[in-house]
Amino acid sequence: MKLRKILMTAGLLLATTTALATPATDELFARYKAEGATGFDAGRGDKAWHKESKGTEGQMMSCTSCHGPDLGKEGKHHKTNKVIGPMAPSVNKERFTDAKKIEKWFKRNCNDVLARECTAQEKGDYLKFLLGK
Amino acid sequence: MRTNFKAALLAAALLLSSGSALAEGNFWLWLVNFSRQKEVKAVDNKAWKEECGSCHFAYQPGLLPGKSWAKLLDEKALADHFGEDASLDADTLKEISDYAMANAAENSFYKRSRKIALATEDGEAPLRITEVRYIKRKHHEIPEKMVKGNKDVKSQAYCNACHTKAEEGIFDEDTVDIPNFPDRD
Repeated sequence: MKLRKILMTAGLLLATTTALATPATDELFARYKAEGATGFDAGRGDKAWHKESKGTEGQMMSCTSCHGPDLGKEGKHHKTNKVIGPMAPSVNKERFTDAKKIEKWFKRNCNDVLARECTAQEKGDYLKFLLGK
Repeated sequence: MRTNFKAALLAAALLLSSGSALAEGNFWLWLVNFSRQKEVKAVDNKAWKEECGSCHFAYQPGLLPGKSWAKLLDEKALADHFGEDASLDADTLKEISDYAMANAAENSFYKRSRKIALATEDGEAPLRITEVRYIKRKHHEIPEKMVKGNKDVKSQAYCNACHTKAEEGIFDEDTVDIPNFPDRD
């Protein structure tokens, strides 16, 4: 019984360190699940990330319009030209360490690109995809 | 002699009262240190730098009158901020709008901000930096090819494309460097 518990916690620890997660994303994944999402899929996130749709101003855009084609490199805001730090946590250690910040940008960027807010499921998929980069 | 004394007293009283009526310290700072306050006050608020600066040049509050900031920094207005969703949580929004109002053009002692406030007509609340009368006037003689037609500038809204010290609030002509036009003079 005791051994199982130890093994389990060890396993959990290992999982959190190898699956590229941060306390912030763990918190968010749990929240999204509580909001009705069921399991998150990096492949789905990847597809959605690259999918073009009509933004608030009627033009076709995707996440890459501002974040660029290479997540390991800087992006550029499509309108203001402001440089956006790389999204990949492997090169940008600051990424996905602040739950509030992640949520803030999901709200804004989903609205700008999809002209609506994202669902908990979509946000989780995006996160899963990005965390692996 | 007596009238002299009275006049001195009156002058002292006037100085003191105007000082205390204004924002604390500002007036005295301006009085003893005006040479440093020629320009626009640089941003000294972390939330402002981060929130505004993550999408565009973090325009100093002293570049727009308070009326403009009040219109821009409103929950609903921010959800459609020149076509982008720039919404903020209530706490951050409060901090940012308080900072904007405290340092808005008409509340600033910085010379350029004063000029911006003075040039703004009554009741006017320009929402774009490029619509501010003083700023418009200052850029009047710059040919379009250097701004709109310049691939590294594109719009006057990108202050720091040419104003190399824009972030410090310095917009003096000597600090201007227009990309692709090295021999402007």
